[in-house]
Amino acid sequence: MAEEILQVQGLTKHFPLTQGVLFQRQVGQVKAVDGVSFELRKGETLGLVGESGCGKSTLAKLLMGMERPTSGTVRFEGRDVFGLSRGELRRLRRRMQMVMQDPYTSLNPRMTVGDIVGEPFAVHGDPEGGRRTRVRELLEIVGLDPEHVNRYPHQFSGGQRQRIGIARALALRPDVIICDEPVSALDVSVQAQVMNLLADLQREFGLSYVFIAHDLAVVRHISDRVAVMYLGKIVEVGDEEQIYDHPTHPYTQALLSAVPVPDPARKGAEIVLEGDVPSPANPPSGCRFRTRCWKAEDICATDEPALEPRPGATAGDDAGSPHLSACHFATEKIVRG
Amino acid sequence: MSETTEVAATAQTGAVVSGASASLWSDAWRELCRRVTFWVAVVILFFMGLLAALPSLFTNLGPNGHCDVRQAKQRPASWNPFAAGEHPFGTDSHGCDYWAQMVHGTRAPIVVGFLVTGIALTLAIVLGSLSGYYGRLLDAFLSRVTDIFFGLPLLLGAVVILTAFPSHGMFTESFVLGLLWWPTMTRLMRGQVLSVRDADYVQAARMLGARDLRIMVRHILPNAIAPVFVYAMLNVGVVIGYEATLDYLGVGLQYPTVSWGLQLSQAQEIFTDYPYLLVYPGVFLTATVLSFLLLGDAVRDALDPRLR
Repeated sequence: MAEEILQVQGLTKHFPLTQGVLFQRQVGQVKAVDGVSFELRKGETLGLVGESGCGKSTLAKLLMGMERPTSGTVRFEGRDVFGLSRGELRRLRRRMQMVMQDPYTSLNPRMTVGDIVGEPFAVHGDPEGGRRTRVRELLEIVGLDPEHVNRYPHQFSGGQRQRIGIARALALRPDVIICDEPVSALDVSVQAQVMNLLADLQREFGLSYVFIAHDLAVVRHISDRVAVMYLGKIVEVGDEEQIYDHPTHPYTQALLSAVPVPDPARKGAEIVLEGDVPSPANPPSGCRFRTRCWKAEDICATDEPALEPRPGATAGDDAGSPHLSACHFATEKIVRG
Repeated sequence: MSETTEVAATAQTGAVVSGASASLWSDAWRELCRRVTFWVAVVILFFMGLLAALPSLFTNLGPNGHCDVRQAKQRPASWNPFAAGEHPFGTDSHGCDYWAQMVHGTRAPIVVGFLVTGIALTLAIVLGSLSGYYGRLLDAFLSRVTDIFFGLPLLLGAVVILTAFPSHGMFTESFVLGLLWWPTMTRLMRGQVLSVRDADYVQAARMLGARDLRIMVRHILPNAIAPVFVYAMLNVGVVIGYEATLDYLGVGLQYPTVSWGLQLSQAQEIFTDYPYLLVYPGVFLTATVLSFLLLGDAVRDALDPRLR
């Protein structure tokens, strides 16, 4: 089994809600990420799925060390990211990079493509063979014309811009790339191209990805393992087969049934969730999903289900990738035949 | 015309990769070139700049040169200065050639206009960036200082300070005005920096491990400065107006210096009988101020089409 490059343990981020202008007092807190644990192995892709507002992007920022957690640790090759000095953190940036969600806002409009892709070298020192050569190389790797180094971002399409963002993330030859919904702002046809590019790069450079998305279909295409998030917590983790073919958590089942199927004869979603996601400032007691769950019973309001192997999960339980589910009534349900 | 298309064609075929591709600034420039008001302003300002920089091109008299009281208050022989003989604009109350005085009076307002704006802009960029970027205590402190300066009525403040130091020149006057002028621009700059600070590309640079200075200079300033710059350009005209006001009130520049405001001041008691003494400096002043305003407006529109 491949070694674990990134270990996340009980990661929590609470944002204080304050009131008042001069004397701010805390009136509550938004539990954006609340006790998330997972690990990322070398060379694998971990998909992270959840609807908007469930804390995916906050989690990405925490992983990058851009926000300090309320509690919990992120270990990169065994070293705690939040215990690093500034200099050490800077060095860590060479190993861990991020591709951002929106290719229209993540590139500085006043810089040329060459400067954008070359910026990592300006920060960390020039590579062997010179910056210009390497920048052209990188542009070629991500499928852009190296002759376009002097162009500005606004002269490119969304897909091309995302390739520029990927080239920037690749520049320092990182080991881990956090992809924060890298294709959700793109057209469907372009999404596939960018996904394929990411998959190719992974094979070529042995990258590990944390791939965040709100679209299960997109994640399936690229992930080895998938974690499903709901309201700041992971509710189910498993390998691709376990999650997609044998989901045990009702939320996962509901998400899967909402994936559109290109078959006009089929009716709409089998499971339709009622209501909205509760506010992360005031999450339900016990199981957070209980307010929208059709299986909910009294125990769900009192006892918070742990993320652990459940007897209801029957298939694909090899030791390499345990199938964990945070539901008291976890039972497998084949959502799509 | 054909030359430019050729250059563009070469750039498109990609034989030579040059800087020919359009940036936001070159887009803005193309937009500017289409505007008549821009060219009117540029021509007027170019003429005024020439008067200020090289007065000897336009008159062979020095400032206050060859003044002859016996020839005072000679009206111009004709409203057409090219047909008006020895004194195309007539002479002023001291008998100086009014055209020569107009020419020499150009330098002071223009220099003061740019100096004050320059001082204020520098202060605004530095203080506004620090305040917007670091926020928290520093921001709270700088914002309160800005508030205090906002509370000072600008003209009154300038009058009080300049009266306290009666023997001041152009540079002292600029310095005093500059120190009073920065709050508005600083607020503008701070707001701009605040709006850019959390942009995705700034986050991206931070995730690369870029240091604060690099983030400020490469990412925040270039994206934050355009509106401040435009405001500064509009501002030059306003400063020139203030400078003339101070001169007119007698607390600005003093006699051997020549400026439009001083000329207005000299004419203030007799201009009902000799209106040309008011008209010429008034026209020069208004044309200059208006040109800066038009220029600033045009640049603003070109840089940000949404404002149109």
